Amino acid sequence: MAASLQGQGGTAVAGRGMAKEAWSKQRWTMLALIAPAVGVLLVWMIVPLAMTIYYAFHRYNVLYPERFGFAGFRNFSLLLNDPMFWGAMGKTLILVGASLVVTVVLGIILALVLEKDFPGRSIARLMALAPFFVMPVVAALVWKNMLMHPVYGLLSWILGTLGLPVVDWFQNWPMTAIVIIIAWQWTPFAMLVFLTSLQSMPEEQKEAAWLDGANPIQMFFKIILPHLSRAITAVVMIESIFFLSIFAEIFTTTGGGPGQATTTLSYIIYTRAFLEWNVGSASAGGLFAVILANIVAIFLIRLVARNMQNPEKFG
Amino acid sequence: MKRSHLGHALLGHGLAFLMFFPILWMIITAFKTEIDAFSMPPILFFEPTLSSLNEVFARGSYSKFVTNSVIAALGSTALCLVFAVPAAYQMSFFPSKRTNSTLLWMISTKMMPAVGVVIPIYLIFQATGLLDNILGLVLIFFLMNLPLAVWMLYTYFKEIPNEILEAARVDGAGIMEELRFILLPAAIPGIASTALLCTILAWNESFWSLQLTASNAAPLTVFIASFKAAEGMFWAKMSGASMLAIGPIVLLGWAMQRHLVRGLTFGAVK
Repeated sequence: MAASLQGQGGTAVAGRGMAKEAWSKQRWTMLALIAPAVGVLLVWMIVPLAMTIYYAFHRYNVLYPERFGFAGFRNFSLLLNDPMFWGAMGKTLILVGASLVVTVVLGIILALVLEKDFPGRSIARLMALAPFFVMPVVAALVWKNMLMHPVYGLLSWILGTLGLPVVDWFQNWPMTAIVIIIAWQWTPFAMLVFLTSLQSMPEEQKEAAWLDGANPIQMFFKIILPHLSRAITAVVMIESIFFLSIFAEIFTTTGGGPGQATTTLSYIIYTRAFLEWNVGSASAGGLFAVILANIVAIFLIRLVARNMQNPEKFG
Repeated sequence: MKRSHLGHALLGHGLAFLMFFPILWMIITAFKTEIDAFSMPPILFFEPTLSSLNEVFARGSYSKFVTNSVIAALGSTALCLVFAVPAAYQMSFFPSKRTNSTLLWMISTKMMPAVGVVIPIYLIFQATGLLDNILGLVLIFFLMNLPLAVWMLYTYFKEIPNEILEAARVDGAGIMEELRFILLPAAIPGIASTALLCTILAWNESFWSLQLTASNAAPLTVFIASFKAAEGMFWAKMSGASMLAIGPIVLLGWAMQRHLVRGLTFGAVK
């Protein structure tokens, strides 16, 4: 941060290499440039969150507005003693964890394959990247119906033709099915980040390892994986933040079921809020989601901050 | 050597094809009749028909969903640029000791989970008439994408040599002239890819649009989600509608793939 501080003293609005006096008069201009963006984001961050905290400590159901009142920690204690809530927490961790492992592993494999030059490589990259741009509801419905349908789905036909048992994905393996859909959408993202990272790898490093007689497996674990570690960390954190609020994929396929099998934290908050209209309970649950996301966010912000201080490694 | 080269090409194209296959299958199904679409075993060779696509178009409300999606995506993106360009300009060309922490704070607002704030937003929108109103969606997508837009523009502006702006200043250009005539032309590629990313994210957003819209302001995501109960009866129509909804966005995404990592990882990956 010190590196970016060019002017002396507290005002320090001197442009990059600009005469200070000319611009220090225009501090108000600087403020006018940045204040709108900061202002709306400040409101966007504070107002809803403050309201969520307020409702979390109140008894409020939209269907029974007359029973409104201060509830203390009741919403939280009810939630913490609700096995459904803990079930949803567990489902969330399984969903996030499994999706992370699958996308990172497949992303690395795809990136390694598509990094080496071969005829038509750029087309192959575009094909592999495409699922990332598919809207979640489309991805979920295409997989649920045309691919995973137990009778008419293509996967069922393939399994049946191969003489394997046909799986009713959303009845018997609902979580696996949803992880497959998420992984399909997000593996391209992981791949793209890893490709970017691999391209910044010095050629000499690889050549030196080859000359030392390293085999491909040693190469991978001794050279490539350590190089990718920062990219992997970034992918894990960014994906965690998105995966924690996965909703559309569950909403359009299982609706949280069968039973509670795919009811995650986001989904239980949705049912509390928009099916039971229990604003108090849903807000308390929402605060847990905020805390979970912030745990991840702190580490991500630290990583970004570290990179900002090394401009030469930046971008 | 030659043989391993060929093997690698086959592996690369094979994996890429597997990833692309669900989209391809959707496109194929879009040109089938409803009966062909769920015949068993699946049919690969059939007489392509536009009947499913025509039926999608014929639904009176289809143009409304498209219009809503376009308004929400373009409107929010335009707002994003209007707010983000000046902020990014200030932060990249006149950094103060608060600049880095302001940027980090802006990024951190992006990490607030939507479910944590959906109830207040719903209640506020209900009270102000923004519920099921396309302006509400424009507003949400704008706020959702603003931190990302500021960040991305900031990294692009950083790459513009300061001398260009200084020369203009020596010639007596004010800040507005400097922004309009010097910075904007030099930054067009960066601004364009920022706008593309914002558009893609707004177009595909599903959580807020499902919660905050019903019949009036529903975008394409909500329209497609309405096929969730269709159970095999309308696969061809569902595929047709999906193909139309994702087609333009996949093309835009391909066009900006080089810039995607910069926008989505906040510079955490070098």
